[in-house]
Amino acid sequence: MSLIRYQAPELSNWPTFGRLSNLRDELDTLFELPFWSNFGRQTQLFSGWTPALDLYQNNDNVIAVVELPGMRKEDIEISLHDGMLTIAGERKTETQGGEKAERSERYIGKFRRSITLPTRVDANKVSATYKDGILTVTLSKAEEAKPKQIQVNVS
Amino acid sequence: MNTTVRENRNDERAQMEQFVAPVSSVIEDGDGYMLQVEMPGVNKEGLEISVENNELTILGRRSLPTIDGALIHRESRPENFRRTFELDPSIDTGKISAKIEQGVVTLTLPKAEQVKPRKITVN
Repeated sequence: MSLIRYQAPELSNWPTFGRLSNLRDELDTLFELPFWSNFGRQTQLFSGWTPALDLYQNNDNVIAVVELPGMRKEDIEISLHDGMLTIAGERKTETQGGEKAERSERYIGKFRRSITLPTRVDANKVSATYKDGILTVTLSKAEEAKPKQIQVNVS
Repeated sequence: MNTTVRENRNDERAQMEQFVAPVSSVIEDGDGYMLQVEMPGVNKEGLEISVENNELTILGRRSLPTIDGALIHRESRPENFRRTFELDPSIDTGKISAKIEQGVVTLTLPKAEQVKPRKITVN
């Protein structure tokens, strides 16, 4: 049984099917143009953004650690639904226009990352911190999910 | 198209310790370049930036939060970050400035005065 399900980034990051008909054209252009002029767009097209997520647990909590460099606190959304933790948000560009991107590997735009938690958690006891581009979400385990020592008296 | 800030992948020193090449982007404006490098988990103290022979090296040592618990799922990599960029000769290496904010290093690389585009007024 797998406890944690990997979820691919949202489909909206990917080109729509309408674009596939243009694949031939795309490839033709790719070979005609110098490599770098297409680089930025191509990387974004194929990669999207799936931030790395680590999960820890102890007796009382489940802790998710997510690498989200360069976000503003208010652009991070954390939600909990049906035992699935979702971290979503939008990374906005800091350029004002007038500049041109010479080469870009950084993902700009919306992202969504979900993970199924290994145990039930108390939705009212969730806290998060964001420091050095790392988001740490602490979710308190539901009472029934906490390990308990049961005393049995043998007479 | 002229190359401006070029990456140097074959660096011998990188062999000694395992590093991960961070994701970066370069933006040009009239006065220079802005280089942004993603280094989640790195703060000011863990950051080392050096310029040598027109090569800019950014090294970021991570100080990750210590978590009280057992790791049950891992996607992050434990290595520190390091990447070398070759600088365009037009960059004034004496005026490079850097800041780090939420794990993103932003370097401002101004062009030397004589290569900046300039308007000449005709009297």
